[in-house]
Amino acid sequence: MQASILAICYLIGSVSFIIGLKMLSHPATARRGNLVSTAGMGVAILGTLFLYQPGGTALHNIPWIVGAMIIGSIIGAVSARKVKMTAMPEMVSMFNGMGGLCAALISVVELGRIAQDHSDMHVLTILAGMVIGSVSFTGSMIAYGKLRGKIKDHAFRGQHLVNLLVLALIIVAGAIIICGDGSVPAVIFFSMLGLSVVYGILFVLPIGGADMPVVISLLNSFTGIATACAGFLYNNQVMLTGGILVGSAGAILTILMCKAMNRSLMNVLIGSFGNTGAASAHSTGEQGAYKEISLSDAAMVMGYAHKVMIVPGYGLAVAQAQHVCHDLGKLLQKNGVEVKYAIHPVAGRMPGHMNVLLAEADVSYDDLLELEPANEQFGSTDVVLILGANDVVNPAAQDDPSSPIYGMPILEVGKAKLVIVNKRSMRPGYAGIENGLFFKPNTSMVFGDAKTVLQELVNLVKEL
Amino acid sequence: METLLSFIHNNLELLYVVILSIFLGIEVISRVPSVLHTPLMSGANAIHGVIIIGSIIVMGEAAADNYVVLTLGFIAVIVGTINVVGGFVVTDRMLEMFKTGKDKASKQTKDN
Repeated sequence: MQASILAICYLIGSVSFIIGLKMLSHPATARRGNLVSTAGMGVAILGTLFLYQPGGTALHNIPWIVGAMIIGSIIGAVSARKVKMTAMPEMVSMFNGMGGLCAALISVVELGRIAQDHSDMHVLTILAGMVIGSVSFTGSMIAYGKLRGKIKDHAFRGQHLVNLLVLALIIVAGAIIICGDGSVPAVIFFSMLGLSVVYGILFVLPIGGADMPVVISLLNSFTGIATACAGFLYNNQVMLTGGILVGSAGAILTILMCKAMNRSLMNVLIGSFGNTGAASAHSTGEQGAYKEISLSDAAMVMGYAHKVMIVPGYGLAVAQAQHVCHDLGKLLQKNGVEVKYAIHPVAGRMPGHMNVLLAEADVSYDDLLELEPANEQFGSTDVVLILGANDVVNPAAQDDPSSPIYGMPILEVGKAKLVIVNKRSMRPGYAGIENGLFFKPNTSMVFGDAKTVLQELVNLVKEL
Repeated sequence: METLLSFIHNNLELLYVVILSIFLGIEVISRVPSVLHTPLMSGANAIHGVIIIGSIIVMGEAAADNYVVLTLGFIAVIVGTINVVGGFVVTDRMLEMFKTGKDKASKQTKDN
């Protein structure tokens, strides 16, 4: 009886994950979709706590389990509530790493127990769960550090060979354990664990910081597969379906993200290699002349323009300037200026980052233009105001085949009559690539923090 | 070879589930606007937190005096819960912002 109810709980969980994911992929139903899968998760967890009876005995240590869940809930909920909108990408990475760690720990414990009943396939699942979980854990932590700016990109000569070697060693260790006589030598097992941990670090370390969203999505998919391995081990359908679903959805999402940048996954994972040197050599080369525009002049041209296009980037997010940005937009609209926001799909640190930010500031959906419609309208635009965006407007993506971002679709702001760029300094952007746009004759620079600059502009436009 | 075949035979149902889920995941995701990539990734991230069930089982089956397993299990349950709860809350916060934008847009169209 209890077992059948538990089976129904798991069925509800699995179905709710599918429905939830489906709803998450449409803007109108997304939020409810998240709630649906939360509810399904709740049913599956409660069912396991109270109804799971392997071999007729209920689970022990319930107070400890509940205690751990309370601690975890508090940590998770508080950090998720407190995190700033700008830091959400690294938060997702952190949570993903926690899932990976959980999968790795489960595998470590289970491998200690397999002496009783073990088939080669079981051992293989456990080992796979451990390796994938550990790689996902350390990889996510490195991605987290990179997005925080605490870890720089490191690449050394022959890193790919080292990575391949570590991977080969992991496979060899796994083969030794599986082909062995059934006992699991601790030395080999723990060196396999250690190698997986190291591999996660080596795997993410050389990848450029700007590509972290893709990496997080990939690691997300990894954790899904590790979860599915554990589901296989326990013959647990909800873990299996949930894990596989996330594994395949994460993989597709990773590919979609790469497509938005017009790059292949291989290019993201390997292409960063050697670029670091070339890009930094480049940046010392062509520091041409740029011109600055005063804030009052900027306010003047924008106040009397017919059409202004605002291009937000990470700088806007860092400065938390989305509200004052909307204030400026509203003010200009009141003065009869047509104001639109041009959103590059990968502006900021994650795809859709800018949409989230501007939605927070109540900018109307109709004013947000995606890449293609925006590019069609730049020709008829008087003033483009770029707020802390860099790589997504870098013309090198179109005319410099040696550039690491060559081929990425960009916002063609150069077509507008005047481009005003707000940056904190002349330092190159996140990808570390020099931007020729700043030295074009119709480009003018305004240096300073986006929020202060926008606030000044609002005051000056009011006085016009 | 024989072990593999017997494994497939014994776990046919699970294999069906795996293969159908793979197609399902691809099918569900393939037409999603880029605006929703981040929330979707975050939502999927919360869903793989279902790994917590494994850690509950590990801890629940551990003997009361097996401190190594208990400690590892305890940590596993904590981090698993962080994944689930944090993942859902962050996703909800992201989507909350979309909702306000949407509501406003629909209100405006109604006013017109």
